[in-house]
Amino acid sequence: MSKVVKIFHGPQHPGITGNMSVELDLIGETIVKARTHVGYLHRAFEKLVERRTAMQAFTIVCRICVPEPDPNEENFARAIEEITGLEVPERAKWIRVLVLELSRLAAYHLWMGGQAGSTGLYTVPQWSVGYRDYILDLFEELTGGRVYHMYIIPGGVRRDLPDGFLDRVSDVMDLIESKLPEFDRLFFDNAVFKKRAIGTAVIDPETAIERGVVGPPLRACGIASDVRRDDPYEIYDKLDFDVITEKGGDVYARALVRRREMEQSIKIIRQIIKYIPDGPYRTKIPYPMNWKLKAGETYVKTESARGEFGYYMVTDGSEYIRRMNVRGPAYVHGVSLLEDMLEGAQLADVAMIMNSLGTCPPEIER
Amino acid sequence: MGWGIDLKGIVSPFTALKYLGKHPHTVRYPYEKKKTAKRYRGFHINDLEKCVGCGNCAKICMNETIDMVKVEGIEPKTGDSGLRPKVDYGRCCWCALCVDVCPTGSLKLSTDYVYVDEDPNSFLYIPGLERKEYEKNVGWTCETDLDSLLDLERVEMKIMPPDERVKTFAEAVYGYTVEEAKREAERCTGCGVCISACPDRMHIPDYIKAIRDGQFDESVRIIYDNNPLPEMCGKVCTRRCEFNCIMTHRAGKENAIAIRWLKRFACEQFESYEEVLNLQPQPLNGKKVAIVGGGPSGLTVAYYLRLKGYETVVFEEMPKAGGMTMAGIPKYRFPIPSLDKQLNHIKSVGVEIRENTKVVKGEPKSNNEVSFEKLKEEFDAVFLGIGLTQPMKLGVEGEDLEGSIQALPLLKAVNFGEKINVGQKAVVIGGGNVAMDCVRVLRRFGVDVTLSYRRREVDMPADNEEIHEAKEEGVVFRTQTIPVEIIGDENGKVKAIKIQRAEMVPDPKGGRPRPVPIEGAYEVWECDNVIAAIGQKADYSFLPDDIVEKLDLQWGKIPVNERGMTKVEGIFAGGDAVNWTADAISAIADGLKAVKGIDEYLSGK
Repeated sequence: MSKVVKIFHGPQHPGITGNMSVELDLIGETIVKARTHVGYLHRAFEKLVERRTAMQAFTIVCRICVPEPDPNEENFARAIEEITGLEVPERAKWIRVLVLELSRLAAYHLWMGGQAGSTGLYTVPQWSVGYRDYILDLFEELTGGRVYHMYIIPGGVRRDLPDGFLDRVSDVMDLIESKLPEFDRLFFDNAVFKKRAIGTAVIDPETAIERGVVGPPLRACGIASDVRRDDPYEIYDKLDFDVITEKGGDVYARALVRRREMEQSIKIIRQIIKYIPDGPYRTKIPYPMNWKLKAGETYVKTESARGEFGYYMVTDGSEYIRRMNVRGPAYVHGVSLLEDMLEGAQLADVAMIMNSLGTCPPEIER
Repeated sequence: MGWGIDLKGIVSPFTALKYLGKHPHTVRYPYEKKKTAKRYRGFHINDLEKCVGCGNCAKICMNETIDMVKVEGIEPKTGDSGLRPKVDYGRCCWCALCVDVCPTGSLKLSTDYVYVDEDPNSFLYIPGLERKEYEKNVGWTCETDLDSLLDLERVEMKIMPPDERVKTFAEAVYGYTVEEAKREAERCTGCGVCISACPDRMHIPDYIKAIRDGQFDESVRIIYDNNPLPEMCGKVCTRRCEFNCIMTHRAGKENAIAIRWLKRFACEQFESYEEVLNLQPQPLNGKKVAIVGGGPSGLTVAYYLRLKGYETVVFEEMPKAGGMTMAGIPKYRFPIPSLDKQLNHIKSVGVEIRENTKVVKGEPKSNNEVSFEKLKEEFDAVFLGIGLTQPMKLGVEGEDLEGSIQALPLLKAVNFGEKINVGQKAVVIGGGNVAMDCVRVLRRFGVDVTLSYRRREVDMPADNEEIHEAKEEGVVFRTQTIPVEIIGDENGKVKAIKIQRAEMVPDPKGGRPRPVPIEGAYEVWECDNVIAAIGQKADYSFLPDDIVEKLDLQWGKIPVNERGMTKVEGIFAGGDAVNWTADAISAIADGLKAVKGIDEYLSGK
């Protein structure tokens, strides 16, 4: 039987992060051709930013990625700082890294839920989203918002740490660390997951380099590449952490990279709790509506939970950003690479593969 | 990966069963609402009393969530637009930038919010109809200066050090550099609340914006729209605008936007204004207006009426026009070249200024005099900008002694370069700006000066800056002292002054406290001069008696209608002799009122 059936996987599908559709040609359960369709979430972020002053635009960028908004904020702030030559106080940098790592932890918890959910293991999302909420509670206390924080602004951060905040961070870290072995038993060691993930959607190191794969999918191919270490920003050069790699390049290897990186994030956060310096949390900037940004251009990047996340920014001396381009990992992972990965895969694995590659439609369609 | 049995992988997930029957850590049943964090960004709360309606919140909102609306019971007043923010939660993204740019701290977010409701109005914040219950639960606020996104610190103005200042009449304030001015202009949020405080309603945010954009010529053009003496205002204005600047709410008076210095900066960028302004006065329409007194109000009338096509002639008694800005204000505050620049521009549009010409009643006795009756006859309208030229007397014994003088004649003599006769020690009486000018001028002649004022320092009507600078220059302040008698020596010269110390008694009616002399608490201060700087009044002796009568003076001031016209048809008035604020910018405002009035009167509107 070789009849080709065409089906649309999405744009509304529980296995998809955000709204995005994959057009699949199937023979039986096997995919012979996959085409991605994006555009369902297009909100013209890059264009919106051009029509607003820098500080107004800052409230937009976090929306480019729902599960992990903070790398956007940090990138945006750092790009403006590089262009205008603004000095950021030391404490602000430490707070920023604290936020970034908390956000990475939260993003990995959400990913765990998605990855396990798309494999049919529905207890994991119940747990991981529950523990993620403790991190969101911390965000709420620090930034006033749970999901969109709008906290890292050009010049520093908007508010200082509340009293006793680091103790509570420490408590949450202890809790999350204590739960990791339980997740191992429930998910990472789970025979069902292993059976489906090992050997699925394999990326070999050469293809990974050629396609520009970044983040956990790249490290899962055994390539130790991490912006935090290769091109340290903020205070990452002062922190002790390992760049995690795995061999295999398949869904399971990518899962293990993320699993082990959670431990590294906890390690980083503990160092921050211990060594964070005192001082101001912000440098004064001109009144936002009158702030003329020096003409210039820059490219800044962070290591987000999905990989290298870059902002290219051009300013022309006015209050407005002339052009801002968001280079997110999902663009590579979620469009071209996904199409190739899906060829030959099983229909049931589509959501799992998408999740494993860290596809995030809003970031593709920024 | 073969088909071997992964026993661990099959069994280990079942360890999750240990949670079976345990109380879940996330779900609360029965439902209890989770307490939000202290900084939570929920719905808005705004203290309507504290809010001044500057609209910064509406301006920074990137979603255009906030509209400034009229609220019943809140009227616009000085320093308050009378509008209040209305918030539409259909658009709000809860970024709280509105809170961080609120200059008064009135706008906050509460920890409360509604996420589902059958009433659509639940998602509107309408001032006056707020949910009062929210106000108890304050969430995101802007507490410290570092939290605020406003640039709260004024760019410091460089000023000559005090020990240098007292040696010279050179201008003490150096003025901003281009970079400093742009930086200062950048602080301005352009809310325009200050305009309501300016008697002349100058276009403050607009000319500051032009400075920010580096368009200094445009700035001068905007300034000249309703002020013909901007450089004077840029140096010595009483700057009510600054005291009503929204920055003062959080950062104090001294950190208001330096509106005065910015105006000065824009004006100082040009050697002369003719080219920048490039004005084309209307051709003469045959109507003539006489202006008595070449002070700020008179010059304003002359300048703007000439631009409208009227022939204007200013009659100035002194050798130079400028009124009190020439005769009263010392040159270290307002140098002569600066005045000349503005007078030249006023003349360049065709205004005739007749200096050394006194208007008198009856027949003129010399070439330097013109009769008021003749003016009234020859000109279609007359404007009286006569100012306050008669110093008030202390009314104590010994005031006629040699060495007891009045502040105004002293300042006038110094400003016109005449020789003055003062001794080594002087006591100046008064607490206004004239008193400050007087003590600081005397310090420049090396005189030991003591300032006597009947109330406390906080009660002084003088500008704080002036008080501060006078102290820096070594003036001794003796407050709560009331002069009782000026004591002379055998030659009829001032030898000392006897004062009585006073205590402040609160006014039972709630007015400002009054100084009451303390019985027996007398002091005698030796001095060579006593200078009274306790106020001035207008001199109407040049007017025919019947006109003075018709003017119907009230407490020495000339009443005028909304057109600036006195009770005598064809005679308009303005300036210190009319208004009670008695400063240059009010005089200019009066002048503009009269310009409109005279134009309407003469064109029969």
